[in-house]
Amino acid sequence: MLKLDAVAKIYKVGAFGGRTLTAVDDVGFEIRSGEVVSLIGESGSGKSTVGRMVLGLTAVTRGSITYDGADIATLPRKAYYRSVQGVFQDPFSCYNPVFKADRVFRMIKEEYFPRVAAPEWDAKIEESLDDVRLNPAQVLGKYPHQLSGGQLQRLLIARALLLDIKFLVADEITSMLDASTRIDVLNLLADLKSRGLGVLFVTHDLSLGNYVSERTVVMHRGHVVEMGLTDKVFTDPRHPYTAKLLSSVPQLTTKWDDTPAVPLDILDYGAAALVEVEPGHLVRQEQSLRSVN
Amino acid sequence: MGLRVNDLKVYYQTLRGEVKALDGVTFAVGDGEILGLAGESGCGKTTLGKSLIRMDGRMRHTGGTVELDGAELPIGDDRRMNRFRFSEVSIIPQYAMSAMNPTRKIGKMVADLLESRGLRYRNLAGELERRLDLVELPREVLGSYPLELSGGMKQRMVMVISTLLDPSLLIADEITSALDVSTQKAVARTLVGFRDRGFVRSVIFITHDISLTYQIADTIMVMYAGKVAEKARADVIVNAPRHPYTKLLISSLPEVGVRYADRKLAGIPGSPPSLLDPPTGCRFRDRCPLAHDKCAEEPPAVEVEPDHFVACWKA
Amino acid sequence: MTQTDQIVLPAKRRGGETLHFALRNKKLLVGAFVVLAALVLAIAGPILHDVSPTEYIGVPGQAPGGDHLLGTTMFGQDVYSQFVHGLRSTFLVGLLGGGLAAVVGMVVGFVAGYRGGWVDEILNMVTNILLVIPTLAVLIIIAAYLKVRGVMVEALFIGFTSWPWAARAVRAQTLTLASRDFVDLARLSGVRTWKIITREIAPNMSSYLFMTFILLFGGAVLAAATLDFIGLGPTDGMSLGLMMNNAVKWSALQLGLWWWFVPPGIGITAVVGALYVMNVGLDEVFNPRLRET
Repeated sequence: MLKLDAVAKIYKVGAFGGRTLTAVDDVGFEIRSGEVVSLIGESGSGKSTVGRMVLGLTAVTRGSITYDGADIATLPRKAYYRSVQGVFQDPFSCYNPVFKADRVFRMIKEEYFPRVAAPEWDAKIEESLDDVRLNPAQVLGKYPHQLSGGQLQRLLIARALLLDIKFLVADEITSMLDASTRIDVLNLLADLKSRGLGVLFVTHDLSLGNYVSERTVVMHRGHVVEMGLTDKVFTDPRHPYTAKLLSSVPQLTTKWDDTPAVPLDILDYGAAALVEVEPGHLVRQEQSLRSVN
Repeated sequence: MGLRVNDLKVYYQTLRGEVKALDGVTFAVGDGEILGLAGESGCGKTTLGKSLIRMDGRMRHTGGTVELDGAELPIGDDRRMNRFRFSEVSIIPQYAMSAMNPTRKIGKMVADLLESRGLRYRNLAGELERRLDLVELPREVLGSYPLELSGGMKQRMVMVISTLLDPSLLIADEITSALDVSTQKAVARTLVGFRDRGFVRSVIFITHDISLTYQIADTIMVMYAGKVAEKARADVIVNAPRHPYTKLLISSLPEVGVRYADRKLAGIPGSPPSLLDPPTGCRFRDRCPLAHDKCAEEPPAVEVEPDHFVACWKA
Repeated sequence: MTQTDQIVLPAKRRGGETLHFALRNKKLLVGAFVVLAALVLAIAGPILHDVSPTEYIGVPGQAPGGDHLLGTTMFGQDVYSQFVHGLRSTFLVGLLGGGLAAVVGMVVGFVAGYRGGWVDEILNMVTNILLVIPTLAVLIIIAAYLKVRGVMVEALFIGFTSWPWAARAVRAQTLTLASRDFVDLARLSGVRTWKIITREIAPNMSSYLFMTFILLFGGAVLAAATLDFIGLGPTDGMSLGLMMNNAVKWSALQLGLWWWFVPPGIGITAVVGALYVMNVGLDEVFNPRLRET
């Protein structure tokens, strides 16, 4: 459904744009309907930039992103957003603090459903609030600061559901939430796929990515270093970077092993190519890497 | 000797009344112990950390005592606390990136800091360099500006500075939450190393991430709505928790290996009570699946087995 | 990723809170009182006291208190009439000049800050060039070339030359607001650019915009007074600056006709001073950190 093909984002920096900064390079993968793909990476890996490019909030420098076969750069924005929506990291900054929280619904009505009658629209809102397990009486008519992070985040998912979306970009949507509410939002995301939605779940937290997704894409320094079925990537990581990440995740079942962390800081992936090590499991080839310190 | 906190109450003054952020907290941290302080936002863990070193303007020390190595800490008295700060009680701030003055070279900044405590930089320079070697920071960092260091390096630098006078108690508040997992591991381990070498005697490690606390803490104390819910050895908290809140919290954590398709986890319904006017009795009552009539009375913290304290009638 | 123990207070409605602090801010109240009193005088004065400010109607050089409330000029013109008419044109220049500058500054600032890229670069360049040109010198040259000058024309000139700093300030604010997630969310709701600026960004800086206008108002009044004083004021009509200019031209100081130049001096100082005091007061009202507790 959504396909990224050798996507790159290069920023011009410095005076007169003389130097360039490659934030994302050669990122390609596909997300099908009814599938959650987690995009895992640390800060600066370019994972959020990929999410923003899919949402058309940041322009693609090279390569293409296609939705149902059409390049999203050529699609009319408004029509595209009817089926592709996003939810972001910080629920508090997603709401204009001056207005009530349910204004995000009104915006959708004004832009997409101007002719829908009020009672019908209210019923639709109630239905989508029900989908995200929110009680209308508790959330409607409130200011953002009167609601909890979990409620705000679910309101945003409800907002996306008002449009009949086919695809959702969820960019670090649980990282500002407490553990006890985080899992509910994750479950909700996983439920969406049973409705046939495709979800790109962008996160830095491996255990969360592992929990909800069928397939995993690991990014480092703007490059995809490994991708494949979540099972495979997590149990049999082939790229040293993935292995290092996995060994650093604090877990409740095991303590960190005592071997000192292997310093690994690949600065330049240069021309290293993705190689299929087993069907559907791709790893960026290592031999040509220049490893620093 | 270590730290003894007895029925500590710290309230926030706000326009709408007193927010009872810390409402009768009792615990002790022994010598050489790393106490992990866990809980969700608003549980009082950050307030506790702050009250032990510096209260901000809106905080009031309303009751209880804090004893460090047998001497009482005047936590409500900003001026008298000054004598203890840095030398006896020290803190690693959450944002190491902004904790250092960007316009001063790091060495200069350390010298200023020591001078303000009436100490000579020269006398401590040797020790400082030894510790830099230990955390694998080149000595040249002393001649560079904070801007020139990476996030992980800055965090380590700040750790070295805050423990330079071998404080008895070190407070580390969410020091790794802005860091990537691999850097987080290194920083957490450095902290353990400092304890092992005696640079600090006891550590209070505050974080919202129980899995991380479990990696390095000897004891974990779980807080809820301004009170202690449960405190026990780290492996006991994780493997055999007794308080329903701890149990639910632990079971809501997705671990690598747990998949939605195989085992669906559940969160805790509801949200913590407002601390402006907290309910009487057990504060977890409204969200607790085990709640019964008795819970309308406040449960005392009972030592159910040696060093395992639980504040729940059902424990 | 950070979860600090915040004390989230269900604060009262924003408007109510602002009003609460506004009514308790002495600086704001005193400033507003002075400005309002002057405004009432400027509007009602000429109506109640129907005497032409330029006509020679009385005994020249009469001290205040006699037939004429504030005495007469060396030529027998009524000083009180001149004063109220001058006050009226002062408000006109402030409102028109300040208003014009505010509108231009905001449009340029919003567009530059929100659109970014080359639009920003060009607008920024124009702004900076205008900012370093000695405005007063240009005004003097332009004013000297025009044979017939009215208060309106003067206000237009001032308005078109004093917007750059406002544009810069608005641009900076817009830049920080435009990167907030709620702006992205509005874009994802298919909202058009101009609507995003007026409905999402501007309401968040309404207090800031209001203060900008007040400062521009005061600036325009001062600029007009300066122009008038050096003899480049309106050729038809009366203004406080023109009164002072005439007073100096005909040696009122040496002749001891203090009632000729003291009232306009007090008038300008009072209005501009009160506006600035108001601005400080507003700053305290809008900025919770400056509120006296």
